[in-house]
Amino acid sequence: MLEIKNLNVHYGVIHALKDVSLTVDKGEIVTLIGANGAGKTTTLRTISGLIKATSGQVILEGKDITNLPAPQRVELGLSQVPEGRRIFPEMTVLENLELGAFLRKDKQGIKKDIEHIYELFPILGDRRKQTAGTLSGGEQQMLAIGRALMSKPRLLLLDEPSMGLAPLLVREIFEIIKNINSEGTTVLLVEQNASMALSIANRAYVLETGSIVITGTGEELMKSDRIQKAYLGG
Amino acid sequence: MDQFMQQMVNGISLGSIYALIALGYTMVYGIIKLINFAHGDVYMIGAYIGFAATTYAQLGFLPALLISMAACAVLGMTIERIAYKPLRGSTRIAVLITAIGVSLFLEYVMMFFVGAEVRSYPVLLSNKVFHLGNVLINTQQIYIVVTAIALMILLQFIVHKTKTGKAMRAVSIDRDAAQLMGIKVDNTISITFAIGSAFAGAAGVLVGIYYNSIDPLMGIMPGLKAFIAAVFGGIGNIPGAMIGGMAIGIMETLVSGYGYSLYRDAVVFAFLILILILKPSGLLGKNIREKV
Repeated sequence: MLEIKNLNVHYGVIHALKDVSLTVDKGEIVTLIGANGAGKTTTLRTISGLIKATSGQVILEGKDITNLPAPQRVELGLSQVPEGRRIFPEMTVLENLELGAFLRKDKQGIKKDIEHIYELFPILGDRRKQTAGTLSGGEQQMLAIGRALMSKPRLLLLDEPSMGLAPLLVREIFEIIKNINSEGTTVLLVEQNASMALSIANRAYVLETGSIVITGTGEELMKSDRIQKAYLGG
Repeated sequence: MDQFMQQMVNGISLGSIYALIALGYTMVYGIIKLINFAHGDVYMIGAYIGFAATTYAQLGFLPALLISMAACAVLGMTIERIAYKPLRGSTRIAVLITAIGVSLFLEYVMMFFVGAEVRSYPVLLSNKVFHLGNVLINTQQIYIVVTAIALMILLQFIVHKTKTGKAMRAVSIDRDAAQLMGIKVDNTISITFAIGSAFAGAAGVLVGIYYNSIDPLMGIMPGLKAFIAAVFGGIGNIPGAMIGGMAIGIMETLVSGYGYSLYRDAVVFAFLILILILKPSGLLGKNIREKV
């Protein structure tokens, strides 16, 4: 589904990603964990096209998209829930969802999918006319996920969906991510909350100061001493 | 009282023209955070295009208005493509200085081609005067206000109901997030310049009719005043620009009407200083606040 080969990204003189390679297979949930500043968000933003790589390749379903602008990647089935949610606060919940379907032309289908999002997140249905900025943090996160789903992505990139949320809500959001995956969307999940992420992931990569240091299945990493010490507080 | 009402009528006509220009400032600012100082000159060129269409091609009011709007839309997009787009990602001051450069360029290129002398607009609309009590309203004023209001309603429709308008709002709120929706930012910016410039073109034709005279430097003062109108309304805010334009127009005619016409520009600029001290975000401006 997604293949990243030897990706390097620089911010000025800072070498943010060093030869990062990873793959996500169809139907999987893959998680990328690591400390603050390890390069997780940079990796996602490079995949979605918001940042240009200095070298390396991003391949989506066999197609090299390394130099494709971000909007065209959405057309190819990539959708990102950005860090910090980045919903459009002055617009209503409904308008946010409609923007998620910006590239789609099937009016009926869009309507149906909006209803589907309301089923997935009933609170969004109740607040459809409210401006998104008035929602709580958890509701905004739901809206950000719903909005990303509106483009009917085949690969969903999630950047820190648990950030700033109460533990109960975090569990709910992860439950939803599992559901989205079981409905057929492949998921690449970036998280600081390593234990939650590993518990739902098929496979995981650990990023440290711009390089991938460990990889394995979710269970393997849960049991690994190094991960226990560094990320799970064991 | 009659005097006051009369000046209100005059002020609303002038104000709707300022409002049309202010909309372009505010839209462009909203989307790329640039005070496009060349905007007043697009308005001037719009006035000349209307002049050419009516004088040489003998067209009527409506076709002249539409031609001027279309030509200015193209001009606005061209300016953006050539002067501002290469500077995307550079500092705001660099783009601002470029805008001043574009402004001077348009003024003096125009002067080179059409000469510096003032030209008088042909009479396009009958100038019948209606009496409302002791207040006089002429047909030109009615045309100006009706045209301006129609355009503003059209703009509200575009911005709130069409896909293009939603894309414009999304890009102005959060450019990266907009890209993640599949919105092409460059195209959206280009369309914003087209619409803003078309409105300036319309204002140019209306002013030509109202004041009956145009010259290559006519864009400077109204440009600045429309900018003040946009700041007063809250820069980046579309209804704010409309209200601001009306307010500046009315303020100016009231000051002139009561015999202080020498000070009318000073009053408007003093007003800008007051806004910047008292409410820098403007009447309807957003309070910048973040929710975590």
